[in-house]
Amino acid sequence: MARLTFRRRQSVFRWVVLGLLGVFFVLPLVAMVEFTTRGDQKTWSTLVDWPQLSETYPDLADGIVMSLGQAALTAVLMLVLLVPTAIWVRLRLPGLRRLVEFLCLLPLTIPAIVLVVGLAPVYAWVNYLIGGSSLTLTFAYTILVLPYAYRSIDAGLSAIDVRTLAEAARSLGASWFTVITRVVLPNIRSAVLSAAFLTVALVLGEFTIASLLNRTNLQVAINLLGKSSATMSVAVSLAALLLAFVLLLLLSLVGDRRKKAS
Amino acid sequence: MLGIAKRALGTVPFFAYVAIFLITPTLVVVVGAFAGDEGGVTLANVRALGQGYILDAFGRSILLSASTALIGAVLGALLAYALVTAKPGGLLRRAVTAACGVLAQFGGVTLAFAFIATIGLSGFVTVFLRDAAGVDLYAGGVWLFELPGLVLVYTYFQIPLMVIVFLPALDGIRPQWREAAESLGGTTWVYWTKVAGPLLAPSFLGSTLLLFANAFSAYATAAALVSQGSPIIPLQIRGALTSEVVLGQANVGKAMALGMIVVVAVVMTLYALLQRRTARWLG
Repeated sequence: MARLTFRRRQSVFRWVVLGLLGVFFVLPLVAMVEFTTRGDQKTWSTLVDWPQLSETYPDLADGIVMSLGQAALTAVLMLVLLVPTAIWVRLRLPGLRRLVEFLCLLPLTIPAIVLVVGLAPVYAWVNYLIGGSSLTLTFAYTILVLPYAYRSIDAGLSAIDVRTLAEAARSLGASWFTVITRVVLPNIRSAVLSAAFLTVALVLGEFTIASLLNRTNLQVAINLLGKSSATMSVAVSLAALLLAFVLLLLLSLVGDRRKKAS
Repeated sequence: MLGIAKRALGTVPFFAYVAIFLITPTLVVVVGAFAGDEGGVTLANVRALGQGYILDAFGRSILLSASTALIGAVLGALLAYALVTAKPGGLLRRAVTAACGVLAQFGGVTLAFAFIATIGLSGFVTVFLRDAAGVDLYAGGVWLFELPGLVLVYTYFQIPLMVIVFLPALDGIRPQWREAAESLGGTTWVYWTKVAGPLLAPSFLGSTLLLFANAFSAYATAAALVSQGSPIIPLQIRGALTSEVVLGQANVGKAMALGMIVVVAVVMTLYALLQRRTARWLG
């Protein structure tokens, strides 16, 4: 009897908390939908019509293209830099593991706004050497995503027996390159995939560095647009939010499959 | 010996990259904070942090981070507890956790515009309250673009972050502990104050510190929301980076950045220590 009242009390508590906080979290999303559909504006039809969008809002179209390019390049650079290093350190240089981990997690204690102060002179050189394209932000973004990508890949490597796999392949005459690309990599596929998803989600949401290094991306464009066309910027914000939600939902599904597999 | 050198060769790209794009910027900030305009070592930049407007900005940043960390921690812990009492692996828990992941990480400019659409001057709620209830949200001035507005908007990403970092600790609490307390005659009050409370306290404190660091480092939301003045320290750094440099103040921005690193580093160290304590029981 006491157990039953306890269960019921807990259930009431649960729904009260979820209800109240639910309103707080859903309200801004509802407001965004209402805000962008007020009157008979063509906000949403413009947003899905690419030629018209790039004609009416060239800055926004440019920002979207740049963000997608940055996301793709950052994911590639992160994988090329981090995956072989993480595997190599585990196999051949275990003494360096703490150092690599420390360096990868370091960006967590350095706020982006601080990093950008120090990046300004570095980017003066980047400008000088390869130009001032917004795609050069890839270099800074790879640092920003390092902690999240490292955790994901490191967890993936911990779940398999890298050493045994490598020794087996080596004893059969495989080169180190083959060991990394054709033996270890396929075994940490889902960890690599989730690192890539996280990277894309983080890069699509980045504003600080792009804005202060005078480059453009999606968020910079939204912010700029807010000054001239509030409705459009709210619509793009909502679309970006939904896109991030889908990306992270896919990520959790990938994670689920990994758990089931192991 | 040659073998080690050859093996280390494989890590050169990684270390070179990190040296250029992470270590160099950090050193630029740290060294710059102690460099005069014409070179040479000086404490003038760090001393300039004692100026009224910078101290005020630091104070407001700390106030903003502390208040949103506390509000976020309490409400987030309640939400996490509500999720834990739900069916494990159920749809409710899955959906809320996924949504929390998005809202905690994807704030920034988007969030600022979400709130402008909600309680901006012509926002959904503002208009509704004015027309339907005759309540003027901004009778006392437009507070959305000032510190109170920042507290409200920051809370929106602090609560989800709390859910994400606190949920594992709550999951570590075993129902058997409650049963043990009950079978020995303990009431719910005794259970929470003598068993679950002390067990969860380090994790709760640690999560609160993480929330503090998160709010303290945040820039994008404030930058998109506040266009006049620079109430908090990240916006002061923006000012130092983008405006004309006052003579003799070229490196004050770097000193402010160094100040931010110090605050975040202290908070994160405490967090790591508490985390180690938590792992002992709720690993």
